[in-house]
Amino acid sequence: MSAALSVWVKGVGLWAPGAADWKAFGEIVAGRAEPGADARPMADVLPANERRRAPETVLLAASVAGQAVAMSGRDAADLPCVFASAHGDQTITDYMCGILAGTPTELSPTKFHNSVHNAPAGYWTIATHCHASSSAVSGGETSFGAGLLETATLAVADDRDVLLASYDITGAGPLGEMTATTGPFAVALVLSPHAVPGAMRLDITPSMGNSGSQPTGDAWLDGIAASNPSAQAIPLMHALALAHATALRIATARELDLHIDVGMEA
Amino acid sequence: MPHPMSPLSIRAYTATSALGRGLDAHADALLASRGGLTPNDFSSAPLDCWIGRVAGVEDEPLPAELAQWDCRNNRLAWLALRQDGFMDAVREARERYGASRVAVLLGTSTSSIGATEEGYRRLDHGRMPEDLHRPVLHTPHSLAGFVAAAFDLEGPCLTVATACSSSAKVFGNAERMIRLGLIDAAVVGGTDTLCDSVLFGFNSLELVSPEPCRPFDAHRNGISVGEAAGFALLERATDETTGPLLIGYGEASDAHHMSTPHPEGLGAELALRDALARAGIEAGDVDYINLHGTASQKNDDVEAALVTRSFPARTRASSTKGFTGHTLGAAGILEAAITLLAMRDGRIPANLGATTPDPLCGPQMAWTTEEANVRIALSNSFGFGGNNACLAFAQVGERA
Repeated sequence: MSAALSVWVKGVGLWAPGAADWKAFGEIVAGRAEPGADARPMADVLPANERRRAPETVLLAASVAGQAVAMSGRDAADLPCVFASAHGDQTITDYMCGILAGTPTELSPTKFHNSVHNAPAGYWTIATHCHASSSAVSGGETSFGAGLLETATLAVADDRDVLLASYDITGAGPLGEMTATTGPFAVALVLSPHAVPGAMRLDITPSMGNSGSQPTGDAWLDGIAASNPSAQAIPLMHALALAHATALRIATARELDLHIDVGMEA
Repeated sequence: MPHPMSPLSIRAYTATSALGRGLDAHADALLASRGGLTPNDFSSAPLDCWIGRVAGVEDEPLPAELAQWDCRNNRLAWLALRQDGFMDAVREARERYGASRVAVLLGTSTSSIGATEEGYRRLDHGRMPEDLHRPVLHTPHSLAGFVAAAFDLEGPCLTVATACSSSAKVFGNAERMIRLGLIDAAVVGGTDTLCDSVLFGFNSLELVSPEPCRPFDAHRNGISVGEAAGFALLERATDETTGPLLIGYGEASDAHHMSTPHPEGLGAELALRDALARAGIEAGDVDYINLHGTASQKNDDVEAALVTRSFPARTRASSTKGFTGHTLGAAGILEAAITLLAMRDGRIPANLGATTPDPLCGPQMAWTTEEANVRIALSNSFGFGGNNACLAFAQVGERA
């Protein structure tokens, strides 16, 4: 059976606790380096003043998106983008619900406009002068798979390269106990509907049922994967980092997985 | 520019807002130019403003088998789903195509955050109280998760949360998935309910009017926040299709500012051009535009100028937020439904609330109700973060 969607990975970005970018992640999974100390995400796409005051979600998403776009050689200005996150900025939601419970008229207008789920998409498009379509999506616990399906669909349907950034941060306050997100993680991909020399190819087909998570066997990677909905990308990122041809399944919805054949170009 | 798309059939659609439950309640209110805004009585410390509140939501809990999803937002969604034969249409689609071939693609800006707010108001030793210890509610995906569970659908399930363009953009998500054969049908739409986050949030930005909102009035002074739910069932159009069609959609970004629109409406115009190109039509073909028209100073300036410069005088245009308030993430689907009603009934809704037209407005504005044969119509939805969407609809037979 032919795949529903075939896309090529033009660019990758990643931030994980102990891996400040995609290159560092690659060194760690190849066994050439140990996970380092946590580094502040390098969101150098954002203007310096925005970077200083940006919420953590915006920093994280802009950092990985910037890496992926730089690697792709594409201009972000005409690249449609999809920002996926299970829970958005939980720190701001925790702050807002706390203020609203006590002194609602003291709510900060800046926190309010940063609380929208599309804040990272907004800051990204402003910083990169991007007038293409931008979206902000959630698929709950299967947000990465849902964002990946949407991004590959958009790339193939409109015959354009598309940027996906998927991020989640550590849960905060009483909300944090509900979301059970115990660490930050973000990943970005620039996906092309056309073959790219040297690029890994993803053949993606929706497949009924949920097969559950597939541990990599590496304690550091599996710990990250369990900490954060966006980190369900870990098995795919592991395969891409090692340029491994493999097949894997990533949940995209309740009772629906994506079957992904990861291979070399052509 | 994109190629023209194959039209999609809108097999069923429905809306519930401050105007009432279901399509006929909306048609009646629009015909009578009877708005639904009322003085704010929402929350423990109501702000001095007007709201578009749906009557009775708090009195109708979800059925026992869906109780874990119970909260104001999902109650409103459930209320709306039960109007206009919508549930039966979705069940038939599930039967016809299979549970994994029907997607749930819904827009919302705050989903069930009202339940999270409530939990914080009555924390139990610093933790979420026992009755709200339900993780499925405390996430933006609560609405889409609920609707998929309610219909037992197992296809792609996505929440689009781009503020006030959310439930317009989902029409695009559905079209792409259907065109590529990933699915055969999609439940699109969205729900947003009144909550402290948006009432006090827009208040903090000084965007809320103390009076009922007056879109495109020279003396407008801000929005009225409302709540609504609406849904549409999309499928491929066939020779037998009789209902209205989705013929185009457009999406673009302002790249200007988080909370104010581009001063020349750049993103809005790009979204419009994208929608016209996908629909294979020109501005002169458009009979009616349901405008975003929030009654904020800047949105209406930019949108009035865009309509004045882009459309002939015969194209009719109005904002219906004077009837319903700004229903935020639900505005896209609510106003899509109102646009489809204009097409169904041959009647252009009034631009309720304005008494002194803003001089930027052109001859396209329908200040009062007009009779008209609406064959092709657009609906605009623009959101925070400079996120713009435009939908294009037609009657069957209007476009090959």
